[in-house]
Amino acid sequence: MAMKIIVNGDGLAVSEDIKHIKDLLDYLGVADKPLIVEHNQQILQKEAHEQSVLTEGDKIEIVHFVGGG
Amino acid sequence: MQQQAVRKKGSVLAANRYHRQVLFAPIGEAGQEKLSQSHVLIVGVGALGSSSAEALARAGVGKLTLIDRDYVEESNLQRQQLFSELDMKNKLPKAVAAKQRLAAVNSLIEIEAIVGDAEADNLSQLVSQVDLIIDATDNFETRLLLNDLAQKYRKPWIYGACVASYGITFTVIPDQTPCLQCLQDYIPQQGATCDSVGVIQPVVQKVTSHQVTEALKLLTGNEANLSGKLTAFDLWKNQHTEVDVATLRNPDCPSCSEARSYPNLAYDARMKTTVLCGRDTVQLRPQSKQVELAEVARELQKNKQIQLVRNPYLLSFEVDSFRIVLFQDGRALIHGTMDQMEAKNIYYRYLS
Ligand SMILES: [Zn+2]
Repeated sequence: MAMKIIVNGDGLAVSEDIKHIKDLLDYLGVADKPLIVEHNQQILQKEAHEQSVLTEGDKIEIVHFVGGG
Repeated sequence: MQQQAVRKKGSVLAANRYHRQVLFAPIGEAGQEKLSQSHVLIVGVGALGSSSAEALARAGVGKLTLIDRDYVEESNLQRQQLFSELDMKNKLPKAVAAKQRLAAVNSLIEIEAIVGDAEADNLSQLVSQVDLIIDATDNFETRLLLNDLAQKYRKPWIYGACVASYGITFTVIPDQTPCLQCLQDYIPQQGATCDSVGVIQPVVQKVTSHQVTEALKLLTGNEANLSGKLTAFDLWKNQHTEVDVATLRNPDCPSCSEARSYPNLAYDARMKTTVLCGRDTVQLRPQSKQVELAEVARELQKNKQIQLVRNPYLLSFEVDSFRIVLFQDGRALIHGTMDQMEAKNIYYRYLS
């Protein structure tokens, strides 16, 4: 059963293996980057990535800093 | 006498000149007058700095101070809107070329151009004099320095950055928002830079649209309309994100809390450069610790023109007429130059 979530405004269907924010970041291939992650409008501390449980329809915003100018 | 004539001509010109902006109700006559009395510092005159400077000059900000340590090169012309082929041919310093162009765009404002490194000494003096600062640098070392100075002198500054089709901006207001130091856990050690993954020009314009609009709000007394959020977007992926980072304000922040010590103003926090005599080489030693060579290598390899040589202790590559060697302890050797500023530019371009 796929679960549908919204990442940076776009719908994303993910498999049931993806249970926590950390799993999602791994799936997206960005887990090793320093990221600001907002889960249903709550900013998550990095330590919370492994505990925060994803559910159908969740909204996740992922932002990263860049240096170029 | 002549001065008077110029001033008179100026006021006649000005009546029409800002008409559309004065018609915009949140600015109006009063806002326009405030703009003409304002002084803005723009740190860096590359892509973001060119764009912000032009917008603020056209808007009639009374005085602009530009600081940049680089000169105009061919690869700048795709996105750095103030520069021409002639500037490139003449290798004009960016601050100087920018000033010339801006003076042609708006002769009613004052433009100060500083060719030099944005270092603690010269920045400190500048920051204390201005109403706000636009960040248009290409590295976090300078941004953190700027952040501390802005906190020290209680000035707002507007972070902006872009790479590829992605841009990000945030307005730092002393005593109100988190500062950059509060967010330091999120700052990349070796971020992608324009030279390894490129950048498209429209994203520059979008970043500066946000920065300049925030600046106009601040300068015209429209603080209530400030975004208050970290804004990021990817034009290619059609994404736009705003995140409320208020909760990330650190009550123990060394830069903005009661117990502030401005860690980035300490001399030790600055990169040390040493010319290695007789070797046509500059050594750069950033204060910031160890580097993950594998990570640096991965970023560099996105640029297909770079041929990397690696062993467990260092990585080395050639680019243009330079050879760059990066050690695990963060030191870099730039071979092919004895100019410290040039060596720093190369370092930031490829290794920061
Ligand atoms: Zn802070």
